[in-house]
Amino acid sequence: MFKFVDGIPIYLQIVKEIKGSMISGKLKGGDKLPSVREIAEQYQVNPNTVQRVFMELDKQSLTYSERGIGTFVKMEPGLLEDLKNEEAAKVIQNFIEEIQKLGYSKNDMLKALDNAWLKRGEQHD
Amino acid sequence: MIDIQGVSKGYQRKTALKNATMKLKQGKIVGLLGPNGSGKTTLLRILVSELRADSGSVSIDGKKLSPALKANISGLTTSDFMPDGMTIQGAADTYESFFNDFDMERFHQLLKEVDLSPDMKISSLSKGMKSKYALALAISRKAKLIVLDEPLDGVDPVAREEILRLISSGFSQDSTLLVTSHLINELERLLDEVYFIRDGEIRYIGDVETIRAEKKMSLDELYREVYRR
Repeated sequence: MFKFVDGIPIYLQIVKEIKGSMISGKLKGGDKLPSVREIAEQYQVNPNTVQRVFMELDKQSLTYSERGIGTFVKMEPGLLEDLKNEEAAKVIQNFIEEIQKLGYSKNDMLKALDNAWLKRGEQHD
Repeated sequence: MIDIQGVSKGYQRKTALKNATMKLKQGKIVGLLGPNGSGKTTLLRILVSELRADSGSVSIDGKKLSPALKANISGLTTSDFMPDGMTIQGAADTYESFFNDFDMERFHQLLKEVDLSPDMKISSLSKGMKSKYALALAISRKAKLIVLDEPLDGVDPVAREEILRLISSGFSQDSTLLVTSHLINELERLLDEVYFIRDGEIRYIGDVETIRAEKKMSLDELYREVYRR
């Protein structure tokens, strides 16, 4: 069962999942999204919540609907990059906040990041 | 819209329900959450006319609940209401003969989704299977109000998940669903609106997504906060 985080509206968490599928390429421009009912069943949530998901995706210009046919992924040029950058900005923001709490300076942070990156590279080789 | 106004009920020395007031809108899944013995089942039994309220009223789309309107409410307050020797199909046939709005095709489809077959004997079903079959019966009616009493109670985690899935796929937005549970966490993801109940007193809490956004907490945490002494 999909685990939702407390304190964040469920529809926003599903929007995030769908955006993730767009970033990873699982969902491509022109792909048809599952129906409200299918998504409700998949996440075991209320169909009303899924309707909010669709409204939000539409508002963010990530999808378009064709009456009676379904909802499709709208992949305009540059959109994928925007989505990636948006997610990356969130991750980085979070990281900076946490590392600052530990008393790291910018230099400390960069050095630690560099080291960790190198180490990771070695492990993967 | 189902309008429950000032409904009270007492048993001998104990008050089971005090001045219960709820407004249930069409197309919504509404939770009534609280511990065992808090009055949830009493309210549901009043709604399905198994019990008579001492005072107060229930109306559907502005009309007072009467024997004629009773047929608009679907609910199983106990899943042991059919003779044990019957098969699931037998129970569904009986149900169909009672209720014009019962949709047999839909019932079969829902059964399939939870891996039950119509020829199974009710006496051979486990608690989880019984809960699934009873739920499929209840939501196969095109009723204005469907009430489900503790659909997750005493059911193992796998069956719980199937029940949640069955509700999310089987719910029709032409009706209103009122679900009770003492398992707040498990039900939270399904609900549009929520009421809490304790010691027979019902409190309107609000739209679940709004609560998550504004209070930044789960319903379980909120319940404990509301009733903290």
